[in-house]
Amino acid sequence: MVNYIIRRILQSIPQLFLISLVLFLLMQAFGDPIASLGVRTPPKPADRERLRRQLGLDQPVYVQYVVWLAGNDWMKIDMDGDGVPETPGKRLGVLRGDFGNSLINKRPVSELVTERLPNTLLLMGVVEIVIIVFSLAFGVYSAVRQYSLFDNLFTGFSFIGYAMPIPLLALLLMYLFSINFKEWGLPYLPTVGMFDPQVGRTPGQIALHMILPVVSLSIISIAGYSRYVRSSMLEVLGLDYIRTARAKGLQKHIVVIRHALRNATLPFVTLIGLDIPFLLAGAVLTETIFAWPGTGRLFVTSISQSDFPVLMGILMMTGLAVVFFQLVTDIAYSFLDPRIRIA
Amino acid sequence: MTTITLPETSASEGMKNQPLTPGQLMWRRFRKHKAALFALGGMIVLLLYIWLGGLVFSRGICVPTGEFLTAEAYANCNDTAQKLQPPSREHPFGTDTIGRDILARTIYGGQISLTIGIFAVIVEVIVGVLVGAVAGYFGGWVDDVLMRVTEAMLIIPSLFLLIVLSKAIGGSVPEIQFLGRAFSGSVVVIILVIGFTSWMYLARIVRANVLSLKEMDYISASRALGVSDARIIFKHLLPNTIAPIIVSSTLGVANAITSEAYVSFLGLGVQTPTASWGNMLDSAVKYLQTAPWLWLFPGLMIMLTVLCINFIGDGLRDALDPRSTRNI
Repeated sequence: MVNYIIRRILQSIPQLFLISLVLFLLMQAFGDPIASLGVRTPPKPADRERLRRQLGLDQPVYVQYVVWLAGNDWMKIDMDGDGVPETPGKRLGVLRGDFGNSLINKRPVSELVTERLPNTLLLMGVVEIVIIVFSLAFGVYSAVRQYSLFDNLFTGFSFIGYAMPIPLLALLLMYLFSINFKEWGLPYLPTVGMFDPQVGRTPGQIALHMILPVVSLSIISIAGYSRYVRSSMLEVLGLDYIRTARAKGLQKHIVVIRHALRNATLPFVTLIGLDIPFLLAGAVLTETIFAWPGTGRLFVTSISQSDFPVLMGILMMTGLAVVFFQLVTDIAYSFLDPRIRIA
Repeated sequence: MTTITLPETSASEGMKNQPLTPGQLMWRRFRKHKAALFALGGMIVLLLYIWLGGLVFSRGICVPTGEFLTAEAYANCNDTAQKLQPPSREHPFGTDTIGRDILARTIYGGQISLTIGIFAVIVEVIVGVLVGAVAGYFGGWVDDVLMRVTEAMLIIPSLFLLIVLSKAIGGSVPEIQFLGRAFSGSVVVIILVIGFTSWMYLARIVRANVLSLKEMDYISASRALGVSDARIIFKHLLPNTIAPIIVSSTLGVANAITSEAYVSFLGLGVQTPTASWGNMLDSAVKYLQTAPWLWLFPGLMIMLTVLCINFIGDGLRDALDPRSTRNI
């Protein structure tokens, strides 16, 4: 087990390096970040040149990458443009936990991301719980009452839900529950933001503002996973040990929950763990539509500003999270299912 | 002593007992999947709509220029006096923010979205099959390197990769002429970008299949006969893995259409005036309340197409792989 974990970590290190290098090179093609400062672009060419030197953008790409990775506190940089390096560098580099500063507002990337991260984690945590609860409930119920009215209706809905593009789903929900409900004089849900500025950041406000983003992020996954739970439940319910348990005189719901569900949901653990990247990606759209102040929205604004230190920071943290969750999923699965051995 | 007379078989009955071709067998199994059959019908209607619909629905006088326009030119005609009109007789799906007919744009946007879906999958299949087959067939360090790169690509969620790639190479491809139409360079960019960020799962499937197939006797026999590696891969291995390739590329078209919608929705995909279902959704959020027809129709088109393709893919899985009983 320990060997396996160490090997997986060792394997993922060169992969993270490779992907960071590729992303870094791609971001060089984003266009001049100085020009995308908009009104804050210094009008004089000399000032622009100085700003470029301060941000280290005058260096060749490979030097920029090394500085991004390992920092520049071990070398001197040329700040006044006379060709002689004189100022000692201050950056520590990603390897020492310094993701650099935003090109736009000069704030440290780690600060910008950690400011937004709790909001995204809150949203994703709730979404994950909603997905697990509802896909288990719908999937099990559909399997136990196979071909019942509920099963057939839900099968239809799940195929439609699975085919829904996130923007359409989000817009439909907003239109129905915010705009139409307001017109009809019913209690309506807020559309954008995280809380009403007039009320303040109270848990109640946040919960109210979370309903629509959570629903629009989770419906697609619930549609897919409940089908999965249903089919694996059906498979397990047909096995001999279930019949034995029923023949012993155990009640149906005990057999379904204790005996069948446990085995049927084992593969589900893997799905949930591997779902993290999809949720992170979905959060990009959902946070943009619902103006939720999370990392996904930070990513979209940073893309439009070509703010590559922030983008690299978000992407590398996402990559680390994905690697981490893959490993945790594998380990958790081997604990839950003794038949699986990882080596 | 009794003689047993065999029932005589006429020539026509003998014909009936001829073994079915694999294609006929596949069609028989596909037919059993009612939803897939229904979806195939739906898909044909959708294809007719976006292929021929332009002849019927996309013609009219473009008021600002006073010209009578047909086809895509009409879909791109902006009559600002008519902007944000709700659905009416003249514009059954309403008009958009600068007065273009949304019905006509769903037709030409559909052509673009489906073109992107199909060509992106072609790119995906070429890359995925090559990587998977080479990795599985040669094994050893080639396999190691290719699979580690594949895994590295999977570390970053594909939507992030899509966004970064489209921003990086967007705008670098000039407009091209193809099939008598001008395609914005952004269409080509988005095809390549989606293709190059979606091949990883296919590569893994192909690799797994090739790994098990290459141990079979007929491959050893081919090797013993001195058949070249390329010939073994393309003539003997890949035709035997065609079923999962067909299924996952069918579903890949649906994924590519959704990916295009997401990237264009964020404003980094297909650039106007070329319409795509994705970029029609782009500015819709601002008009959520005032003009729901802006986002409803292109959104529904995406949903219906993806729904049909998913069912067809499901049916194909049943038809091509009779062993699979998965009913997801």
